[in-house]
Amino acid sequence: MDLFEYQGRDLFERHGLPVLGGGVAETPQEARAIAERLGGKVVVKAQVKVGGRGKAGGVKLADGADEAEARATDILGMDIKGHTVHKVMLAETADIKEEYYFSYLLDRANRTFLCIASVAGGMEIETVAEEQPDKVAKIAIDANEGVTEAKAREIVAAAQFPAEVAEQITDIAVKLWQAFVAEDATLVEVNPLAKVGDGRVLLLDAKITLDENASFRHPDHEALVDQSAVDPLEQAAKAKNLNYVKLDGEVGIIGNGAGLVMSTLDVVAYAGEAHGGVKPANFLDIGGGASAAVMANGLEVVLSDPAVKSVFVNVFGGITACDEVANGIIQALALLGERGEAVTKPLVVRLDGNNAEAGRAILDEANNPLVERVDTMDGAAERAAELAAAGK
Amino acid sequence: MAIWLTKDSKVIVQGMTGSEGSKHTRRMLAAGTNVVGGVNPRKAGTSVDFDGTALPVFANVGEAMKETGADVSVIFVPPAFTKAAVLEAIDAEIPLAVVITEGVPVQDSAAFWAHNIAQGQKTRIIGPNCPGIASPGASNAGIIPADITPAGRIGLVSKSGTLTYQLMYELRDFGFSTCVGIGGDPIIGTTHIDALKAFQEDPETDAIVMIGEIGGDAEERAAEFIKANVTKPVVGYIAGFTAPPGKTMGHAGAIISGSAGTADAKKEALEAAGVKVGKTPSETARLMREVMS
Repeated sequence: MDLFEYQGRDLFERHGLPVLGGGVAETPQEARAIAERLGGKVVVKAQVKVGGRGKAGGVKLADGADEAEARATDILGMDIKGHTVHKVMLAETADIKEEYYFSYLLDRANRTFLCIASVAGGMEIETVAEEQPDKVAKIAIDANEGVTEAKAREIVAAAQFPAEVAEQITDIAVKLWQAFVAEDATLVEVNPLAKVGDGRVLLLDAKITLDENASFRHPDHEALVDQSAVDPLEQAAKAKNLNYVKLDGEVGIIGNGAGLVMSTLDVVAYAGEAHGGVKPANFLDIGGGASAAVMANGLEVVLSDPAVKSVFVNVFGGITACDEVANGIIQALALLGERGEAVTKPLVVRLDGNNAEAGRAILDEANNPLVERVDTMDGAAERAAELAAAGK
Repeated sequence: MAIWLTKDSKVIVQGMTGSEGSKHTRRMLAAGTNVVGGVNPRKAGTSVDFDGTALPVFANVGEAMKETGADVSVIFVPPAFTKAAVLEAIDAEIPLAVVITEGVPVQDSAAFWAHNIAQGQKTRIIGPNCPGIASPGASNAGIIPADITPAGRIGLVSKSGTLTYQLMYELRDFGFSTCVGIGGDPIIGTTHIDALKAFQEDPETDAIVMIGEIGGDAEERAAEFIKANVTKPVVGYIAGFTAPPGKTMGHAGAIISGSAGTADAKKEALEAAGVKVGKTPSETARLMREVMS
């Protein structure tokens, strides 16, 4: 889960890291109140999870509460690269003397964590790495040893931070690592980490990604989810414990296993090329044990997407036997009928693997006019695409 | 022969008394796996009956190894306890630890991996979030269905469980030496490269199927390895060509971030290394048929 800048600022503050005073507003009136509390000049920043908001006009200075309210009025509701601005952050301004870059992140390739630090901050680190590679220090962090004071000094030396900020950055490096671990982050990026007029070093921006696998030990992280950005179908699926991602096509997809479902999306998209460019409408992995209840929940979510014109149920029976899956589909259709949700869209079902023949026989016997059985994945994708194109 | 798991492997189950653990212990036994016991400190000294086979429960991995000669542990404990279970397996220096558990925080995986390195890598870790490893006809450690395919001479390494099953099924007339599900998490103990290296050295593997998916650059690095070190034919498949950037596709590691991790880049890298890459699972199976005939 990616956080907004204001959530990152709050998180830094909670972990004792030096940040500027700030607050978040959803209305111009709230922005005024925060500006009054902060006093003097403030910066009003659009809260969107996309880069380049400054260039898009999403960051403005304001002198006093009146101007802050006016700037917030301008920015709220703006569209920045397809992201609507629902919130603005107001923060104190700083007299920036120097801008640095500092981050901790997961290093998949080396199966550990990495610190990237640079004296050239304030711009994209990728650009710095390309143009001035000698100014980008990368230091591997041992997951168990972490960032001790000695490790922090190693980072400061490697990045060649100036002597007058070395002590402050050493302290920040240690505390930022503690925050990284305590919050189960996979990325904390501070750009810029800035030296201001009075000599202090402050964290002036925050880009943070939290590990959703760790949410069981962070009940407070639930509150950080941006409800306005969550697709209503994804929300409904999550409430039913389903692994669903909304996409923008017409063929509803239900399968078991993340890899197989990803593969199903591809096969349907290829098949769709010959049928007016129909595409998969969603990713839905119902997991290994595809019971009737889970199948019913899955079908309900997929069918409630008005864009869906046909559904492809693609199951490889591994642990789960295909006869159970077939019964699941038939029962699911009956269940949906009982719930008053008449199913009118065609289903193409492909069953393979464990007890496939028994499963196919069950579907044939049920003889539901909406259910069509195709025995290969490629053939079923083709048929589902064809039906979706016909239903458009 | 096979890689890492053979008919002589003695398997223990950490979490054998839990619901998943006991269900799959029964399946492993039915598949002919030599399961010799389980680990649960709260139930140490008891035994569990699996259709007539009584398996002893030990207090820890070290004790289980000492009493039974176990050299493989399959881990079914919940995410919150997985780190401790893997650390225990590493400290006992068990040669192979297969971590089935899904949803392990990545900092926990990083921590047990760093510990394994610090201890001199005496334990091969497979997973987490994987279906395990199966050497058909010999042994099965994990949740891969045992009856999809008989033994044969194709080796398979995959990030995905059900795609593994699909390819095993499509090529069941040839059979497999060993199938390894390495898992879809950002940090995993055994990589494509580890498996490719082992298959290259295995006299009973003639050709290799490699299944990858979007996210990270493991497939690109595997391609470099194949170019330099693998002389056996490799056929590849990548899932997620049409996945949009920024959306996690089921596996924690399956996400395209920026321009990194796309299926196209992986396919290109593999093809440049001489690997034939199928567009779909069935095309991949066809390509392997051509290799094997």
